[in-house]
Amino acid sequence: MHGCLGAPAGGWCVGLVREVRHPNPRAVLLRLEVEGRMQHLPGQHYVFRLTAEDGYSASRSYSVASAPGDPLLEFYVERLDDGEVSTYLADVVEPGDELELRGPIGGWFVWEGDVPAVGVAGGTGVVPLVAMLRHARDLGREDLLRLAVSARTLPELPYADELAGHTLLTTREAYDGRAAGRITADDVRPLLDPLPSAAYVCGSAGFAESASRLVVDLGVAPVDVRVERFGPTG
Amino acid sequence: MVRVTRGFTGRRRRSPAGELPPGQYDVGGDWPVLTAEVTPRFDPDDWTMTVDGLVERETTWSWAEVQALPSSEYEGPIHCVTTWSKFGTRFGGVSVDTLLAEARPTPDASYVLATSTTGYTTNLPLADVTAGKAWVVWTYDGRPLPRDHGGPVRLLVPHLYFWKSAKWVTRLTLLDHDQQGFWERNGYHDRGDPWLEQRYQGD
Repeated sequence: MHGCLGAPAGGWCVGLVREVRHPNPRAVLLRLEVEGRMQHLPGQHYVFRLTAEDGYSASRSYSVASAPGDPLLEFYVERLDDGEVSTYLADVVEPGDELELRGPIGGWFVWEGDVPAVGVAGGTGVVPLVAMLRHARDLGREDLLRLAVSARTLPELPYADELAGHTLLTTREAYDGRAAGRITADDVRPLLDPLPSAAYVCGSAGFAESASRLVVDLGVAPVDVRVERFGPTG
Repeated sequence: MVRVTRGFTGRRRRSPAGELPPGQYDVGGDWPVLTAEVTPRFDPDDWTMTVDGLVERETTWSWAEVQALPSSEYEGPIHCVTTWSKFGTRFGGVSVDTLLAEARPTPDASYVLATSTTGYTTNLPLADVTAGKAWVVWTYDGRPLPRDHGGPVRLLVPHLYFWKSAKWVTRLTLLDHDQQGFWERNGYHDRGDPWLEQRYQGD
C-alpha cells in the first residue's frame, strides 16, 4: 500500500517509484507516486529511509524538485561514490520499487510564489529553486523569480535546460562569454535591482557561506536571507 | 512499521567511538555546517549574555565577565537531526548552572527559550539545561569556536539534537510554559531527544 499516515512530517509514507532517469553519470532523477500525501511548498524536503533485512536503516534528506501541482514527487539526487543512500538510489532503484519517505519537511526555506524573490544556488542546491521556478511558471509569475545558479560544468548543472534565461555560471569552464570561476558580486548584482523581498541561498556549506555573504554585502538585509546548507553526507 | 527496502544492504559504519542513537551515523572527522541564516559577524566585545524572564535577578554578562566565570568543559558526542553524529568533541565555556545560580530562577520557571544575535530561537525544558547538561561555550578543541559553528559563542546541549544548541546565543529567557522556537514552529520536535528519535512534531 502506498500513502501516508499521520500529520505533515508525522508518519512514514510508502512511495511507488514511477520513473528513474540518469541526467548524468553522477545523478539520478526519481519520480514517485505517494497516495494521500500532503502537498508540499516549493523548497521543502523529504527524508528517505532505507532498511536492510536485519533492520539496519539509513536516512537522508532530499529537496523536492517538482512543483506542488505535479501529481508525482520528483527528486534529483547527486550520486556520491561513498554515499550509502545515494549509491542505492542511483544504482539499484527501478520503476515499481517502493521506498519509505517522510515529509514534506521545513517551513523556512519555502517560497509560495507571492513575493519577488532571488535564488542563488550551487550544484544540487539548485533543486529546491527548480521547484520554486516550476511553481512560478504554473502560476504564470516567473517574473517574480530571479535565479543565479552555478555548477562545475553545464552538463553537471541540474535542470540546466529549464533554467535557461536565468543566470547560469560555471566554475570549471567558460560559458556564455563569462570566464570560468566561482560566483562573484558581478554575477549577483544585476539580480538585486530592485531589491527582492527574500533571497534563497542553497548549496554546500562553503558555497552557501560565500553566496549568502555576497547577497548581504550587496544590500539584502540578513533577515531576508534564507539559507539551506547541504552536507555531503551521502 | 518499518519495511525492508529491496536490495539494500547498507554500509554499516562501525563506530568505535561509541553507541549511535537510532537513525544516526558517525561523521568521523567532519563537522557539517547547518544553519538557516547568514553567518553573523560580531565583535565579542559587543556581545552580552543575559538570563531573564522568571528569575529573581535578571543578569547580563559581558564577554570579559562570562569568561571570568568558573570554566567548564564538555567532552563527548553531538547528534544532528540531519542524521550525523560526531564523537569525541571537546567544548569549553561555562555551565548554564553557573549562570542560573546567579540569576536564580523562580519556582514557577520550567522552560527556557534561547535567543541568538540573529533572532534564531529554540525552546527547552529547564530540566534539560540544568544539572551539568548544558553550557555556553566559546572554545572547540582548545581553540576559539569557529564562526560557522557558532563562534564566538554558542549554547551547547549535547544530549539533545544539535539545533537546540543555539549558535550565537545571547539570551536565555525562563518561562512557565513551553514557547516554540524557530525550528520547532517549522515542524521539528519540542524536545529533540536523539535516543527517542524525536526529530519532528508528533515523534
